Amino acid sequence: MTDIHVSSSSSPVVGGGGRHLLEVKDLYVEFHTRDGVARVINGVSYHLDPGETLAVLGESGSGKSVTAQAIMGILDMPPAKIPGGQILYKGENLLAMPEEKRRQVRGKEISMIFQDALSALNPVFPVGWQISETLRTRAGMSKKEALNRAVELMDLVKIPAARARVKDYPHQFSGGMRQRVMIAMALAMDPKVLIADEPTTALDVTVQAQIMDLLGDLRRDLNMGLILITHDLGVVADVADRIAVMYAGRIVEHADVRNVYKHPAHPYTEGLLDSIPRLDSKGTELATIKGLPPNLMRPPTGCAFHPRCKYAKSVCTTETPLSLDLGHGRTSACHFAKEMLDGTLR
Amino acid sequence: MAHSAENVSGARPAGEPLLRVENLVKHFPITQGILFKKKVGAVKAVDGVSFELHRGETLGIVGESGCGKSTLAKLLMRLETPTAGRAMLKGKDIFKVSGSELRRMRRNIQMVMQDPYTSLNPRMTVGDIIGEPYEIHTEVAPKGDRQRRVQELLELVGLNPEHINRYPHQFSGGQRQRIGIARALALKPEIIVCDEPVSALDVSIQAQVINLLEKLQGELDLSYIFIAHDLSVVRHISDRVGVMYLGKMVEVGTDAEIYERPTHPYTQALLSAVPVPDPDARTHRDVIRLVGDVPSPANPPSGCRFRTRCWKAQERCSVEEPLLIRRGVDPHPSACHFAELRQVVG
Repeated sequence: MTDIHVSSSSSPVVGGGGRHLLEVKDLYVEFHTRDGVARVINGVSYHLDPGETLAVLGESGSGKSVTAQAIMGILDMPPAKIPGGQILYKGENLLAMPEEKRRQVRGKEISMIFQDALSALNPVFPVGWQISETLRTRAGMSKKEALNRAVELMDLVKIPAARARVKDYPHQFSGGMRQRVMIAMALAMDPKVLIADEPTTALDVTVQAQIMDLLGDLRRDLNMGLILITHDLGVVADVADRIAVMYAGRIVEHADVRNVYKHPAHPYTEGLLDSIPRLDSKGTELATIKGLPPNLMRPPTGCAFHPRCKYAKSVCTTETPLSLDLGHGRTSACHFAKEMLDGTLR
Repeated sequence: MAHSAENVSGARPAGEPLLRVENLVKHFPITQGILFKKKVGAVKAVDGVSFELHRGETLGIVGESGCGKSTLAKLLMRLETPTAGRAMLKGKDIFKVSGSELRRMRRNIQMVMQDPYTSLNPRMTVGDIIGEPYEIHTEVAPKGDRQRRVQELLELVGLNPEHINRYPHQFSGGQRQRIGIARALALKPEIIVCDEPVSALDVSIQAQVINLLEKLQGELDLSYIFIAHDLSVVRHISDRVGVMYLGKMVEVGTDAEIYERPTHPYTQALLSAVPVPDPDARTHRDVIRLVGDVPSPANPPSGCRFRTRCWKAQERCSVEEPLLIRRGVDPHPSACHFAELRQVVG
């Protein structure tokens, strides 16, 4: 079922030195608007291997969702434009592919779930019909086969009494159950990569925990690569293997999740971690990142974070820092990343 | 003398409370028929909630969506009329006053809304938005004095007083929330009800607004009712915390009592579901996973409302409703027949 049209070899892709399952290379995205050009992605690179969870962390406007939409090929172009970069899936550049071939990848190899399940589901069709839609149109199943498979998928995402509920409409489900329906839909074609864009932001904490558990189990059982897009530092710490922190369209830090939380190598990451209320912060003023995120129509010169950075020096206002390799697959786009790590900056 | 609310208030500072809420109930009728509306049931949004609020204190209210926390806020603002119960503000029932007395009372309780994007009129300038309360409560600021007052308020919340003629869209989310806070402060209230004041904001901006609220509390001796679903934020800002489930308060206590010595199973599950921003905590966390969803408040379970999702539920729980009283195990009240200590967060 998951036979591949896009790849010549079917050997499993290995991490490290070998080829990655999915690789974003130096991607640029800009939006052409009436008021000018907004450069929302400025040279983003990351990669994903089977069975691993990459968290893409960032605040609103950091470009984390746009990167995902570029991977899926669902950016509205125009106004969006991709002036540079590559997105390699099993070694083939998705951006250079004809649309017909790209359709074979979208949903089948790389699938996505969205934040707001209620608005992502069609209110006038039963959920089973919606889950089975891709099976009918793309896998050529009959209505009955597809509906049976939909029940299996609903079982897989642990919707109780799946057989009885397959004909229910989205409004008859709770928020958490709707998100499960979305996940079932995304899994219908057995994708190798699942992109989850803020999958639990609209949910309550107890339900969020259930959904994150489910995503973790599915990733392990189906050996999928999971890209988790979120702004929640708690969720990231709970499930991610690696983390890419985005700011103003760039990845400012990329590392193993433990390293990032223990010793952030970028002042923005440090600022984010410091601004969460913790047990010992009670009664004290919370550390904040001063100022506001930049306007991407008129980004600051040099490092985009320098107007808000407490360590900013004159070089930061003139030179854009390159992604500095700190070893062990760790990078930081700060002129003083090494100093941050060995503690001489603080 | 009046009521036996003493046993449901948790550890608290001595003295007469500023606000005493007793057995507050709000049922929304469910009707059928168009011309002759027949009442067929009721959504029990708030179903017997009691608490006290002291001067200069912050009472946090936590709970998941649908637990009635926002209805509680609306009741306290007198935007809804309660089905039963009373709320004594400095010895007077806020639901009994009317006319000019009601207007004076309203000055004393103000509100900060959740969404800074929809709670400010886009066609009004910031000066008009913050100054609008003076149109109704003319006695607070005479006409010639208003502009100066509004500028003082802008300065107080950390905005530039010169921006008095700007429109809401010219401000960022965090700045808009500051405008909302300035508006709430205009009439010099003693109590501010904050309904999810930071949940629409990015992490780095959240901390700025929390710090502002704490600063204002110190300077103006304000009392807050702080409603939120983010448990770490609530812990940071609150002196006492009340946990709500399906229209009932299930546990009340100081922040240390609720977070370090919770005795109600729902509180324990809620706390354990919060993702901790520490990757090392993954392995040794005591995680309680609740099954299912919150039942409908139109048809809550008999006896204890949490019993359908509780792992401790027994025969007694379905028959006898547990009262919010002190339960031997710890000096703070808990509405569980089988209350016992269980530490879930380090």
